[in-house]
Amino acid sequence: MITLRRLLGDRAFLTGAVAAAVMVLVALTAPLLTALAGQDPTTYHNDLLDSARGGVPTGALGGLSGEHWLGVEPGTGRDLFARVVHGARVSLGVAFSALVLQLLLGVGIGVAAGLGGRYADAVLSRLTDLTLAFPGLVLAIALLAVVPQSWPRPVLLAVVIALLGWAGTARITRAETLSLKTRDYVAAARVSGASPLRVARREILPGLAAPVLTYAALVLPGNMISEAGLSFLGVGVRPPTPSWGQMLSTATTWFRADPLYVFIPGGLLFVTLLAFVLVANGVRRVLDPRQSEVLR
Amino acid sequence: MIGLLLRRVAGAVLVLLALSAIVYALFYLAPRDPAVLTCGKGCTPERLADVRAAMGLDESALTQYWHFLEGLVTGRDYPAGPDVRHCPAPCLGYSFETDQPVTALLADRLPVSASLALGAETLSVAVGIGAGSLAGLRRFRFLDPLVNGLVLAGYAVPVFLVGLFLLLLFCVRLQWLPFPQYVAFTTDPLQWAQNLILPWIALAVILSATYARLTRAGLEQALGEDYVRTARAYGFPERRILRSRALRGALVPLVTLTAMDLASLMASAVLTETMFGLPGVGQLLVGAVNQIDLPVVVGVILLTGFLVVVANAVADLLYAAVDPRVQLT
Repeated sequence: MITLRRLLGDRAFLTGAVAAAVMVLVALTAPLLTALAGQDPTTYHNDLLDSARGGVPTGALGGLSGEHWLGVEPGTGRDLFARVVHGARVSLGVAFSALVLQLLLGVGIGVAAGLGGRYADAVLSRLTDLTLAFPGLVLAIALLAVVPQSWPRPVLLAVVIALLGWAGTARITRAETLSLKTRDYVAAARVSGASPLRVARREILPGLAAPVLTYAALVLPGNMISEAGLSFLGVGVRPPTPSWGQMLSTATTWFRADPLYVFIPGGLLFVTLLAFVLVANGVRRVLDPRQSEVLR
Repeated sequence: MIGLLLRRVAGAVLVLLALSAIVYALFYLAPRDPAVLTCGKGCTPERLADVRAAMGLDESALTQYWHFLEGLVTGRDYPAGPDVRHCPAPCLGYSFETDQPVTALLADRLPVSASLALGAETLSVAVGIGAGSLAGLRRFRFLDPLVNGLVLAGYAVPVFLVGLFLLLLFCVRLQWLPFPQYVAFTTDPLQWAQNLILPWIALAVILSATYARLTRAGLEQALGEDYVRTARAYGFPERRILRSRALRGALVPLVTLTAMDLASLMASAVLTETMFGLPGVGQLLVGAVNQIDLPVVVGVILLTGFLVVVANAVADLLYAAVDPRVQLT
């Protein structure tokens, strides 16, 4: 309870939490919201473009109007509001699914390394170090490029991001497991004949919750950055599915003609990331006061 | 010491072998046939067979991988029409796409990536350590919010967003700088720096955040250590204590991080290079991946792995040099 009260007293955390919650809500209700606006993310509106100026939206502020709440995309005339709202769905969906997979993998491997014998620990720890040291982006690009185009890209992205990003969780889990292992209550459970699986589930896992969650809270925005980056490079989500990263990549070609176009996906990505980082920061401050110097 | 060295080298070789095997395996599972792509439209079955043979794709995957490893160690010969062309020792094969040796392609791109990485790292370390030590000293507490903001931004902003913003501000709005276009250092150092300054800043915004955070935490911890108290008790001037005792202790974790960051920047600043149109190793990879240019992809990934492995070893050595309490085992 004191945890909750402390969290609610933290203004930065509250701001972040509200913003993050709004974004999650937007992502969940994306089809509803676009229906409400009377638009959809893939319809072209060539009539709203100024062909004399190379396809820039007609009118001020990127074609902003009562019908198109955030204007339209240059070059195609697709409704920007519908596209960014659906983009939120991709961004958050991929980031959250990847996080779940990462936690399963990371906690599983970390606990196995911490509780296992010398050799199991050596092998798993080496594997963890390796994964942690290798720049994952390079492998992710290679992985994503060879997979058939017909596979569902968002699922694939989540899997690739998880496969390359579980190591941090595993390292923290292993360290925590090693320290929990020496506690009296764990020793008591072992001596009284509990199987290793039972020890892991009943004695170790509950103790891992706080440190792992604190860490996971920072991994989430990292996953969002990965998704946006891969889509930016053209190996992530494929058109016509909208994604913020992909929109930013298109925006680079419209720099001079329609500079405003950059700010909508870019601003949303920034605000969402900042919101989640603030949440992570607040959680860390409350759950792990010793570590709070890290992100003060 | 010799044993340590041998173990290190053996470990590194194993890692690189595993990496190359994974990439090879990946590409054999890929649904697209590079020979068909190379052969192009209007390809006859006979021509396709020729292309396959020339690219070495008519052999089994394992044989191909073995030849690849052989080529790395001893060099190898390729059939090229009636002639044979020899590819000398660290042979990574020829690009399916441009038919140039992969080693030459990499050598061509590496200076660009190295320029980007070295400049960005220098700038980040300078800003990070500067901001971090100012915040770590109790006299400059009012700077704390600034450093906190920097750290938060470093976590929350992807590098391409910073890049986009910088381009928009300096090249489109203010027009202080032309759009970056790589100029070799040897051609014109001033132009080189002018064209790289924006990418450097973009990377430094992200990287310096971590350095600042580590420096501040390290400095605060070091100021509480016994050796600092001892130095104070001996009456050393405060400035000397800070510089030669406290800061030294604080910078230990930074050494490892800097070495690793430098290595990964060299080969995988893919996003920054794409954003600013710099023809570095990262761009080579993106292009090659889209063309299913297996030799180039394997080459880039091996180079990345090699750099990371070397940086890891260097970082460990530096670590021991900076912190006398560390023993290499």
